[in-house]
Amino acid sequence: MAGSNPNAKPMNLTLKVWRQKNRNSEGKIVDYQVKDISPDMSFLEMLDVLNEDLLHRGEEPVAFDHDCREGICGSCNLFINGRAHGPEKGTTTCQLHMRKFSDGDTITIEPWRANSFPVNKDLSVDRSAFDRIIQAGGYISINTGGTPDANEIPIPKEISDRAFEAATCIGCGACVAACKNASAMLFVSAKVSQLALLPQGHVERKSRVENMVAQMDKEGFGACTNIGSCAAECPVGISLENIAILNREFLAAKATSNNLS
Amino acid sequence: MSWISKTFSSSIGRKIIVAITGLFLCSFLVVHLIGNLQLFKNDDGVAFNIYSHFMGTNPLIRTLEWGLLLGFGFHIYESLTLWRRNQAARSVGYVSNHSEQNSKWQSRNMALLGTIILIFLLVHLYNFFYRARFGELDPDINNNDDLYTLVVSSFHQWWYVALYVLAQVALCYHLLHGFKSAFQTLGLTHRKYTPAIQAIGYAFSIIVCAGFAIMPLYFFFFTNGQGEPISSVAPLVDSINLALK
Ligand code: HEM
Ligand code: SF4
Ligand code: FES
Repeated sequence: MAGSNPNAKPMNLTLKVWRQKNRNSEGKIVDYQVKDISPDMSFLEMLDVLNEDLLHRGEEPVAFDHDCREGICGSCNLFINGRAHGPEKGTTTCQLHMRKFSDGDTITIEPWRANSFPVNKDLSVDRSAFDRIIQAGGYISINTGGTPDANEIPIPKEISDRAFEAATCIGCGACVAACKNASAMLFVSAKVSQLALLPQGHVERKSRVENMVAQMDKEGFGACTNIGSCAAECPVGISLENIAILNREFLAAKATSNNLS
Repeated sequence: MSWISKTFSSSIGRKIIVAITGLFLCSFLVVHLIGNLQLFKNDDGVAFNIYSHFMGTNPLIRTLEWGLLLGFGFHIYESLTLWRRNQAARSVGYVSNHSEQNSKWQSRNMALLGTIILIFLLVHLYNFFYRARFGELDPDINNNDDLYTLVVSSFHQWWYVALYVLAQVALCYHLLHGFKSAFQTLGLTHRKYTPAIQAIGYAFSIIVCAGFAIMPLYFFFFTNGQGEPISSVAPLVDSINLALK
C-alpha cells in the first residue's frame, strides 16, 4: 500500500463504546477487544473490523455514521478519548489514522452530546437541527437567471477567499460537541458570514441572520461564551472571527431591519 | 413580544448585555482602585475619609451609584440566565472529556468565578458600604465618618484578608477571559487591533486585581492596629508618600 510503513506492527486495543438501542433507551459503555489492527487503517476501518467480529459472534454491530470517508461530508462524528474527532487537529474521524494510537491503548468512543442532537442509536446522532437552521435562511433565493459572465460581479480576492473559508464548513457538528455550552454559534456564523461577505447574499442579509439565530435558539443550542473549543476542534479550521461577524450582523439586522416582530 | 424584547431575550442579545455591563464594570474597577489608593497615605486616614465622604454624599456620584447597581444587576441576571440555558443544552455529559486540550480553564468557568466574586461582593458591601452609608461610624478629626479605622480593623482579620485575596484571584481570572471576550461578543474584532485588545486585557486583569489585593495584604502584614506602617516598611511608605505629595 502506498505510504504504508512495513515496520508498523499490528495493534491490539481495548474499546469502550457507547451502546444505546434507540432514542428512548438508556445507553451504557461496553468494552470490546480488537486485535491485529494495522496502523495504516483509518479509525472507521478499525470500527469496521470490530463490527465484522460482532457479526461473526452474532452480536449487533455498532451503529456509527459515515459516508464519503474522505473528510468532506461531515457525517463520521465520534467523540474519541474526550475529543471531537479524536486527538488529531484539523481532521474528521474518517481521516484519523490508527498510527495516532499505540498497541495496548484503551480508546473511549462516544456520540456527540447535545440535547439538540439526540442519539438515534449507539454512536449515531440526529443532526437535523442543523438542517432546520440552514432552512431558516442559510441560502440565497433570488433568481439568478441564466449563467452570468465570469467576473461580471467584481469581488475582491481577499473577500472571496474569506467567504470561501467560511463556506468550507462541512456541518459535522464538532463545534457543538466540543463546546461546554453545546452552542452551534460557529456553525451558524460560518454560513452567515459566508453569505454576508458576498454581494449575492446581501438581498436577504438581514432576514437571514435574524431567522437563523431564532431557529438556533429554538433548537435549544447553548449560547456562546467565547471559550474557543469549537474553533480548536473544527476539522476545517472555521475561525472565531466568524462569530464576531455573526454578532455584528445580528445587531445591525435587529437595529435596522423592517421586521417588527 | 416587541422586536426590542425579542432581541434582548435571544442568545446573542443576552450576550451583548453581559458584554456591555462587563466592560462598564471594568471601568468602575478603575475608579474604585484609584480612589482606594488613598488608603496608603500615612495620615491616619484623613484623606481616605475625605474621599469616602465625597463618594457617599456627592449627588452626581450618588446618581452613578444607581447605574452601577443596575450594571451589576443586569450582568449577574443575564449571565446566570445564559448559564442555565447552557447547562440545559447538554443533559447527558461525556464519560471522557478533555476540554483542557482545546480551551482555557477560566474560559470554561466564568459562572464559578462570577459566583465567587458575587459572594465576596455581598460580604464586602455589607462590611464597608452598608456600614458607611447606614451604620454608625465614629467621626474622625475632620468630623467625617471614620471608615478608615473600619478598613484597618477589617484588614487585620485573617479570614477577611483571605476572602479578599481569593476574590481578587477569581476576578483576575474572570477578566483574563472576560475582557477580550466582551470585545468578541460585541463584534469588535479586527486582525490589526484584536491582538492589542488581548494584551491590554491581560495587563488590565493583572494590574487591577493585584492593586486591590495589595491593600488587605499590606494592612495585615505591614501595619499595626492603627494602620501605621511597621518600622521595617515605614521608610519606604514615607518616601512614596513624599514622592506623591
Ligand atoms: C466587578 C465585577 C465584574 C466584572 C468587571 C465582570 C466582567 C465581565 C466581563 C468583561 C465579561 C465578558 C462578557 C462577554 O463575554 O461578552 C463577563 C462575563 C461573565 N460574567 Fe462577569 N464581571 C463581574 C462580576 C460578575 C459577577 C458578580 C457574576 C455573577 C455570577 C459574573 C458572571 C459572569 C458570567 C457567568 C460571564 C460569562 C457570560 C457569557 O460570556 O455569556 N460576573 N464578566
Ligand atoms: S464549523 Fe467546523 S466543527 Fe462546526 S459544523 Fe462546521 S466544519 Fe463542523
Ligand atoms: S465520512 Fe465524510 S467526512 Fe468523514
